[in-house]
Amino acid sequence: MTLIKTTYDRRSFIKVSTLSSGGMLLGFSWLASCKPDQVVNMPKEWFDINGFLKIADNGLVTIMSPNPEIGQNVKTSMPMIIAEELDVSWDQVTVEQAGFNIKKYTRQLAGGSQSIRQGWESLRMAGATARRMLMEAAAKQWDVPVAEVTTEEGVVKHGDKTIGYGEIAAVAATVTVPEEVELKDPKDFKIIGTPRKNVDGSKIVSGKPLFGLDTQREGMLIAMIEHPPAFGMKLKSLDSSSAKAMPGIHDVITINTSVPEGKEAQWSDTNAFNELVVVVGATTWQVMKAKKALKVSWEEESPPESTSDHIKSMYDLLGKNQKEPARLDGDPKKTFRNAAKVIERIYSAPFLAHNTLEPMNFFADVKEDQAELVGPVQTPEFMSKTASAVLGLPEEKISIMMTRMGGGFGRRLYGHFGIEAAIISQKVKAPVKLVYSREDDMTQGTYRPTYKVTYRAALDKNNNLIGFQVRGAGVHGSPVFANRFPAGAVDNYLAENHTLESNISTGAWRAPRSNFIAGAEQAFLDEVAEAAGKDPIEFRLELFERAINDPVGEDNDYDAKRYAGVLKLVREKSNWSQSTPGVYRGVSAYFCHNSYVAQVVDVVMKNNQPKVQKIWCAIDCGIVVNPEGARNQVEGGMVDGIGHAMYSEMTFKNGRPEQNNFDSYRLIRHREAPVEIETYFVDNGIDPTGLGEPSLPPIMGALANALAKATGERLYEQPFVGQAIELG
Amino acid sequence: MNSDQDGVNCKLFQKNNTQFMATYNLKINGQRKEVDADGDTPLLWVLREHLNLVGTKFGCGIAQCGACTVQVDGEAVRSCSLPISSIEDKSVVTIEGLSENGDHPVQKAWIEHDVPQCGYCQAGQIMNAAALLDQNPNPSDQEIDSAMNGNICRCGTYVRIKAAIKTAAAYQE
Ligand code: FES
Ligand code: FES
Repeated sequence: MTLIKTTYDRRSFIKVSTLSSGGMLLGFSWLASCKPDQVVNMPKEWFDINGFLKIADNGLVTIMSPNPEIGQNVKTSMPMIIAEELDVSWDQVTVEQAGFNIKKYTRQLAGGSQSIRQGWESLRMAGATARRMLMEAAAKQWDVPVAEVTTEEGVVKHGDKTIGYGEIAAVAATVTVPEEVELKDPKDFKIIGTPRKNVDGSKIVSGKPLFGLDTQREGMLIAMIEHPPAFGMKLKSLDSSSAKAMPGIHDVITINTSVPEGKEAQWSDTNAFNELVVVVGATTWQVMKAKKALKVSWEEESPPESTSDHIKSMYDLLGKNQKEPARLDGDPKKTFRNAAKVIERIYSAPFLAHNTLEPMNFFADVKEDQAELVGPVQTPEFMSKTASAVLGLPEEKISIMMTRMGGGFGRRLYGHFGIEAAIISQKVKAPVKLVYSREDDMTQGTYRPTYKVTYRAALDKNNNLIGFQVRGAGVHGSPVFANRFPAGAVDNYLAENHTLESNISTGAWRAPRSNFIAGAEQAFLDEVAEAAGKDPIEFRLELFERAINDPVGEDNDYDAKRYAGVLKLVREKSNWSQSTPGVYRGVSAYFCHNSYVAQVVDVVMKNNQPKVQKIWCAIDCGIVVNPEGARNQVEGGMVDGIGHAMYSEMTFKNGRPEQNNFDSYRLIRHREAPVEIETYFVDNGIDPTGLGEPSLPPIMGALANALAKATGERLYEQPFVGQAIELG
Repeated sequence: MNSDQDGVNCKLFQKNNTQFMATYNLKINGQRKEVDADGDTPLLWVLREHLNLVGTKFGCGIAQCGACTVQVDGEAVRSCSLPISSIEDKSVVTIEGLSENGDHPVQKAWIEHDVPQCGYCQAGQIMNAAALLDQNPNPSDQEIDSAMNGNICRCGTYVRIKAAIKTAAAYQE
């Protein structure tokens, strides 16, 4: 049992009221204590925490899920936490999606990884507070001390007396909100830690309208955009006469989504193009056809860039020192001069599109004095501000409803499509659903930037790692995290960063930066271990030992014990020491989003092509709320990682994206997916940390290491398929 | 637009002075539906926008992702690339019509394995899997891979989908 102070002070204004039908309504502002800068620095999509719960007179509990669901299963796992502390049976709970309501929920954007812990506590507090109030109400009714009453599955008890939550809820709503509540001992958890099915599962499998693209309204028009064909271009002139004459076409207009002078832009306002041509008509197909009839000419605004330019510029940067290195320990220069062996490798990866399977879209109905926006967005709070600035309407007059999202991966942090829809609706004075075609979606992304990194390792004559250097370069930022492993485990260490400016728009993509650097680092360490003649797991464990016993420097942002823990767990579960003829194994371990992951990949050769036969994944992400959903996330992250490392890339020629749909942009498919996955969670009772992202980054390294064993070839450039390797 | 659907029984009329539309008689989920649309309109958009059956999803529009998969006369097809003029007199089944109560063996197996993440691809995966099992009640791993290869799951639920198809096969026995 833990006692915690509730934080329902003036800032978080808990609201309790009686429902008209009887029952109790509890309003919370979960993230009142979450500092905005944490969120701005590290926008993250996986843990959206905010809430609202009501108890009906029949005992049913409705938990509002104020943040949108993008497939990370928060709509199931977060209410589970509330239900646990409320002490109801999961069957009594229904979950509803709430709309954007800044007054009710205070902060409704995807939180940074720092807020997960706070969210965990807030959600528990929400359930525990309601439970306590129900207990107090019952105790008063029975005239017994509250310390003597208990609860069980939606019922308050005292001796033989019982009363259902629903029966006492209306009274409970009048009880003063307690200042202190009791949290359950994790060993008494009945819901947390048990597998629960997705709350939207049956709606998904029966095709119910859940997604933004499913929005239909009376009198609604369809809008589609035409954007410049290349980065660095802008609109020059437009002849829309033939498009306008086509059946069903309502209008062809141009819009500019720039935030007006004097108004503040939000970080989520990242987009590719501000000035767009828009076709508005009755049906999507008619609009698609009319788009083809547009005659638009474009002109150069900034010099067009090609993939070959980026490659050359990043190589140039890798040849330069960083004046003030991101981190320097010891004397790497001297160490490398005196080393017995030096290993140096360069790794690279291309731009990636997010390619959420549901393309960008948004519904907007903007009237003279109010606006209604509906669609898939992870950052409604920012959208509300930007919409207010561009529409000239106060924020109170703008309502935003978030729909279930057909994938996020970071793409829907940038809500420009909602702003576009709003401006179009305002201009054509009608409710409008903006629909991106796949081509529109893929060719004007907020891409994962292209990266390059040079690693160098120095070994002494006893094959000890004595020096380590990493120098990264990337579009709009370096991929290197200076204080991550093996920083702290090597006496002489240097980390340097270089940034390449570009007119191509980039943004967060599932596990930003880690999604490249983990694979590079883990592939490099594998080669270093090989050069040192050591088992790759032993080699890493030796380094963790060093970081545990005698860490170098103070800023190491990982816990070497937990790191070593997952590696040992995966070694045991995969039976690492056993070698099977025809099975080629690779290992990796990585820490990001506060979670530790280690993986072993088994590759076999089939028809002369490698096939991922099996993956073992050990993950330490603290308490696992919903093991079923968690496993699904971990599996998905690994399939995603394998797919992108193997097959995917976005390239540019004179500013033009060279891929625009799934015939030219390759994504992993059924045949290439791993045959079997086993996931193990470390059971350590630590508060939960990130889960949606951490399994993705290291798999790229484990795969590369297994492929090196299988094919005899080390792969340094993603996508690997470019080097004549296929899976399956 | 498309005024020459040969062999198709449809009534032509003019709209907006310049373009031809036609009335099509369709059989969707066992019901007769009349739709006025250009003959080249893909079945996908007719389902979604004319008939308000939005369970069938748009993912690529070029028969590459499978999100729009429906069954036409029992075959899994990509409705984004199937002009409305080509399907009169054929029987179309969408995810909404696969079962009355969402309890087709494939749907049940999907719940059992908690397959969906974002869920967007799943209607297409389910329609394809159901068609596969109708033709091959006990598919091998390879047969599942080849039948399902046209259906992308961006969230990476492939391993669960395969397991669910096997469970559905067992339910059907
Ligand atoms: S939308 Fe039809 S296959 Fe992608
Ligand atoms: S579940 Fe998201 S695309 Fe398949």
